[in-house]
Amino acid sequence: MKLKPNEKLDIRHILDDLENYRPEKRGWTWRKAQPINLGGFEYKQASPSLDKFVPLQAANYLGGIDPQPDAVITAEIASGRFEDDIRRMRMAAYHGADHIMVIRTAGQSHFDGLLEGTPQGVGGIPITRKQLRAQRKALDYIEEEVGRPINYHSYVSGVAGPEIAVLFTEEGVNGAHQDPQYNILYRNINMIRSFVDAAESKKVMAYANIAQIDGAHNANATARDAWKVMPELLVQHAINSVFSEKTGIKPENICLSSVPPAAPPSPDLKLNLPYAVALREFFDKYKIRAQMNTKYMDSSTREATVTHVLNLMISRLTSADIQSTITPDEGRNVPWHIYNIEALDTTKQAMIGMDDLLSMVDIKNEGYIYDKKREIQERAILMMEEIIELGGYYEAVEAGMFVDSGEYPERNGDGISREINGGIGAGSVIRRDKNYMAPVTAHFGYNNVKQYGSEFVDNPAKLIDGCTFEKPEMIQFIDELDESDNVYLRLDESEKYRNSNLVKPEVEWLGDGVVTVDLFFPISRKVAKEAAIEAGKRMNLTDIEVIHSEVLHPSEGSRVQIKGRVNFDIDVSKLTIPKELDTLSEDEIFDYVKKHPIKVVAGTGGNDEHSVGIREVLDIKHGGVEKYGIKYTYLGTSVPIDKFVDAAIEMDADVIMMSTIISHDDVHYKNMRKLHDYAVEKGVRDKLILIAGGTQVTPEIAMKNKIDQGFGRGTTGRHIASFIVDKHKEMIRRAR
Amino acid sequence: MKERNDDFVNRRKHLKDLSDKELKDYFYQLADRLVDPLVKQGYESTSKSIERSILLRMGFSSIESKKIVDMLGEHDLLRKGAGHCVYRLAKEKKLDIRSSGIALGNGEYIEFIKEVLTK
Repeated sequence: MKLKPNEKLDIRHILDDLENYRPEKRGWTWRKAQPINLGGFEYKQASPSLDKFVPLQAANYLGGIDPQPDAVITAEIASGRFEDDIRRMRMAAYHGADHIMVIRTAGQSHFDGLLEGTPQGVGGIPITRKQLRAQRKALDYIEEEVGRPINYHSYVSGVAGPEIAVLFTEEGVNGAHQDPQYNILYRNINMIRSFVDAAESKKVMAYANIAQIDGAHNANATARDAWKVMPELLVQHAINSVFSEKTGIKPENICLSSVPPAAPPSPDLKLNLPYAVALREFFDKYKIRAQMNTKYMDSSTREATVTHVLNLMISRLTSADIQSTITPDEGRNVPWHIYNIEALDTTKQAMIGMDDLLSMVDIKNEGYIYDKKREIQERAILMMEEIIELGGYYEAVEAGMFVDSGEYPERNGDGISREINGGIGAGSVIRRDKNYMAPVTAHFGYNNVKQYGSEFVDNPAKLIDGCTFEKPEMIQFIDELDESDNVYLRLDESEKYRNSNLVKPEVEWLGDGVVTVDLFFPISRKVAKEAAIEAGKRMNLTDIEVIHSEVLHPSEGSRVQIKGRVNFDIDVSKLTIPKELDTLSEDEIFDYVKKHPIKVVAGTGGNDEHSVGIREVLDIKHGGVEKYGIKYTYLGTSVPIDKFVDAAIEMDADVIMMSTIISHDDVHYKNMRKLHDYAVEKGVRDKLILIAGGTQVTPEIAMKNKIDQGFGRGTTGRHIASFIVDKHKEMIRRAR
Repeated sequence: MKERNDDFVNRRKHLKDLSDKELKDYFYQLADRLVDPLVKQGYESTSKSIERSILLRMGFSSIESKKIVDMLGEHDLLRKGAGHCVYRLAKEKKLDIRSSGIALGNGEYIEFIKEVLTK
């Protein structure tokens, strides 16, 4: 299936014949980082443009360019319904995401085995073969559409890590979180089991060339004062990275998940920058996955965005191989479509905006930043010394050494302590016997294959003529296990919004009907919140909740954002859609005007003193027609109608642009007609292009009154210049 | 851990004269010392999840793998490798791999395979 920009992705097609779908490739893909030239600019930390994209808004003034940064950019997408997430993935890809991370449903890490089918999730999706395959299939289509490989990513953790790693390899998942410390500290899974399983998981991931992201960043989301765990973060990164290398993962696939731990109003850069330098200096052979801060996020999307831009500055001042994005609404709900896209645009905008920053500024190698960086590194080393002194990693975790809120070696006694022989899966590790054997590819550790012949030692799977890694046709596909909770039931429920004329506002699921209303009341916040809910009720919203409020002044005013549901559908076939004005490309207009110089006389007609509108479509400063080389003479305001024509004759102009406002007695219509009639009378009508404009003017009104074209609200110089060029061409043709 | 004040200045005495490079090298020496015992343990051990992951690779579904591993676990055979039991039974009884695994999951040939692999 080839996707077309003007056609929706058909979810039912994705689900068709899924049992026979095979992913197009395995393994991680980095961007082709290279300097590029685009729109007359040179970018150093960049990568090739996409075939299909939605650029930043300011690109309207810069030829529509969409320069892509060098780093892989992540979007975390998991609304609980993978079929809705697929649509969001396509939107994200158009905005520059090439790493789609899927969060797992709550509780999956404690599930001993694999889940199957397509049940709905909470705060993520249940990771199953069917859901992975459907999403990978969709991404295979989407990456072809945008012209860049897309990495698909989820989590190899919990008590079923090795199975999930195998599943990911079979289904073409390209990146995964894997860090046994995460299991231990935050999921209370037994530590021995976690490391034993991790060794197998990592070996499988290494085989599939899956990029690994660690879990160290969770420490600063958990600790009370996030910036105080900086020394420990280095220790956690070291444990997972070195363990990963020793179990087979190449350093270039080991990515450290690093979050600037602090956020304003703390002195952000002073705390975060030395840490970022310390980390990158010690871990220079690995990759950095730069994540944005979540610890200090609350309900303000604006505040979160500013923190995230500072995080991006750290990325540009140091380095980021994968730049992750956090949606600015994550502090208040499971991310919505629009905020995933905002986060991606924030990232693209900031990274391109700070292109090649380090060719202009240096980070000092002395003074505060050097001393602080060195101090963090030394504190980390001291912590490792004490871990060894205590008897090793397990003993140190049991002693409660990790995620203590004191900056090591300071201890506050509030660290997370886990028993060596406690937690989920305690006592479940089995020692391999001397004749232990596993006839498969990518198995870690002791494997006595030799007992069946030394020719199998390098390729144990040869004993069974290959395993699923070599022969994917061996994979057993399970479709649905739950008749009451699956994608087909959910699709049926929302079917009336699929392939029909009906639409409903939406934030995450098709037809969810959720809208936000942003309100200001000239009262205190406490009262304003109740007033906002009442306003929502009177707007006929249901399920109303306050999602954000802020004090502008304790008594003068408060801002409140509410969300609620609407209970109507809109039939788009009954809407009147205004015809869009055709525009030519900027280059086309420039070239034409260069070859055919065009002169305009312009002004406001009759008794009209409103000159702002017409100045905007004339002046080069505002992107008016002058920008394209069109020369104009401004006659002023309240210009008598006959003067437009006389001036045009005198100046040998090609175009008259008359601005008019709505007025009593239909004077503006009459003025249009008068302009035409007077031009006829003077014998110049067929040599002149007559244009009328104004907020109430429509093409229909203008043409009814013998004017060549009318332009209303929202008109730009480019619209008018495009029309002038087209009309001018037509007149030349007719004259021949 | 017990509460403790920040004694960084005292503790760092043996580090403060190391060059940046020496400091980094020392950091990785310590990392090796921390991690090596964990790697060794992984090398010598297995778990139900590891064994199920092996059966998945041998062409069993998640449901079949769970059944086989639970059955072999009950009979203390995971130390031989679940894939090993399936492979050896197929070889001894001239079964294909899938039939061998399904049979073990159903509790067939358990005593037989135990004897073959523990003698």
